Amino acid sequence: MSMKPTYGSIGVKLVVLLIAAALLFAPFLFQDVRSIEVAARICIFIVLVASYDLLIGYTGIVSFAHTMFFGFGAYGAAILLKQMGPGWAPVVLGGLAGIALSLVIAVAIGLLSLRVKAIFFAMITLAAASVALVLASQLSHLTGGEDGITYSAPDLFKPATKLLVDAEGKVLKIAGVRMNGKIAAYYFVFLSSAVLFGLMLRLVGSPLGTVLKAIRENEARAEAIGYRVVAYRTFVFCISAVVASLAGTIYAVWLKYTGPETALSFDIMIDILLMVVIGGMGTMWGPVIGATLLVIAQYYLRDLMGAAAEAVSSVPLLPELLNPDRWLFWLGILFILLVYFFPKGIAGTAMEKGVRQ
Amino acid sequence: MTQPSLITRDLTIRFGGHVAVNAVSCAFHPGELTVIVGPNGAGKTTYFNLISGQLTASSGQVIKDGVELTKMAPSGRAHHGIGRAFQLTNLFPALSVLENIRLAVQARAGMGWRLLRPVSHFRALTEKAEHYLEATRLTARAHQPAALLPHGDQRKLEVALLMAMEPDIYMFDEPTAGMSLDHAPEVLELIAGLKRDTSKTVLLVEHKMEVVRALADRIIVLHNGELLASGDPAEVMASQLVRDVYLGKSEDAA
Repeated sequence: MSMKPTYGSIGVKLVVLLIAAALLFAPFLFQDVRSIEVAARICIFIVLVASYDLLIGYTGIVSFAHTMFFGFGAYGAAILLKQMGPGWAPVVLGGLAGIALSLVIAVAIGLLSLRVKAIFFAMITLAAASVALVLASQLSHLTGGEDGITYSAPDLFKPATKLLVDAEGKVLKIAGVRMNGKIAAYYFVFLSSAVLFGLMLRLVGSPLGTVLKAIRENEARAEAIGYRVVAYRTFVFCISAVVASLAGTIYAVWLKYTGPETALSFDIMIDILLMVVIGGMGTMWGPVIGATLLVIAQYYLRDLMGAAAEAVSSVPLLPELLNPDRWLFWLGILFILLVYFFPKGIAGTAMEKGVRQ
Repeated sequence: MTQPSLITRDLTIRFGGHVAVNAVSCAFHPGELTVIVGPNGAGKTTYFNLISGQLTASSGQVIKDGVELTKMAPSGRAHHGIGRAFQLTNLFPALSVLENIRLAVQARAGMGWRLLRPVSHFRALTEKAEHYLEATRLTARAHQPAALLPHGDQRKLEVALLMAMEPDIYMFDEPTAGMSLDHAPEVLELIAGLKRDTSKTVLLVEHKMEVVRALADRIIVLHNGELLASGDPAEVMASQLVRDVYLGKSEDAA
């Protein structure tokens, strides 16, 4: 009785599977330091953007405080790792502290303002996020201020750690990759991100997920047929805050550094917004595609342009245009084109194509 | 006579200086279909909004089976058995017809908070939704987005949503508004069908006199937010007072 999926949605799922496989084998496929950084960042941002999509895409809530929750989780782990020294206890305690703080703030913002107009709610979240950013730079004895905090990760993740050893007691190599702490750290990031993403996927496919969509589509009617809208909204705001906070904790453990730039700044909020818009709102596949594309563009567009400028060096004007210093300009053009040709985001637009009879 | 299922007592709402509904006291009984009539701006839809909770009364009470609902949110009233369909089509436009109805069934079953099992595991909900699809003859449209339905089918879906809530009190606000002549009887038949269950109370706002004659057990007339008349359809419609209101003479007479 159910409808056949479109070719477009099959295509989108294949792309997502491909991305998942690439991330799973990233340390073996791309054996350089930078690629691993990129892969880990993609994992974290998929979770962060997907949790934001729960708000904006599924429920129709616009919030600008998502980086704040990300920051709570990151700073929670960072501060405790700095104070208590490397170990699992500070990670767990810091993560829990981040979740607790996120929950308190999310419930407060939610109950105070989710009843009111969407624009007012968005302004409240903007104000809260600004306060968090100012506090992080002011409380410098705790947060390191603008400089942030540098610390060590748990011993398991130290590059010197021998994860697997061969007969001679040296670090074992599999397919040319050394099984050291760095590998452990990457798979910690990958697996925790996969679990969080899986939970969100489960959530949007559940009866609760359908209620969220109903609220997005017609809030008044959702209320009239018996769903307490303010309770559902507050709940999804809390869930999304908790997931963002956990993503922050994972990122803090991976980076071994936490500062306003990596965990709290509005630049991250803008990245999240771009990723969800470009990937496609209201589907969990959109954030996967959006985050992957944007992180890769941010890291590699300059290199690509450098190479392109080299290649056309004999042609007039073109090398000037393709100068790596102009990468932001080209990134901007890329965004405009993507939004123009994929008005519902890449996943959202593609999934509507190729209807099967 | 049976106990009334729904009572409004001195129900009033003011918007600034304007009194849109003024001290309306009325009782509705199970097994009875009451049509609410009155000229435009009489406060019919506002009266409905006060009962189903889209508006909260300035004073007075809404009581359903002895439980006071006056200050309750619409979702709470829905759980107390008040079901409301809207005058302007009020659906979940991007969701499929089946999904629209399934949402109402799910709300009735109190299953909105299930968050870890896929929707497809809740077969009973889907089966019940399919039952209401069939009852309203929308099965062929099951997988179309509600927004793409023709107007007549959207009105039917509006009725289907209300039926799927399985309320004790059905409230229809001009269910045939804007429908073509060949579609309207289908909807009216569905409403007439509800009367067969004598435990249900039906409230209907309607303009078309032929509909009033065909369905009404009782009529109440609202005018300028006040309850003008209540009683047997034929008698009420025949009374001079009501005729004056409909012909617009009462303003001059007052």
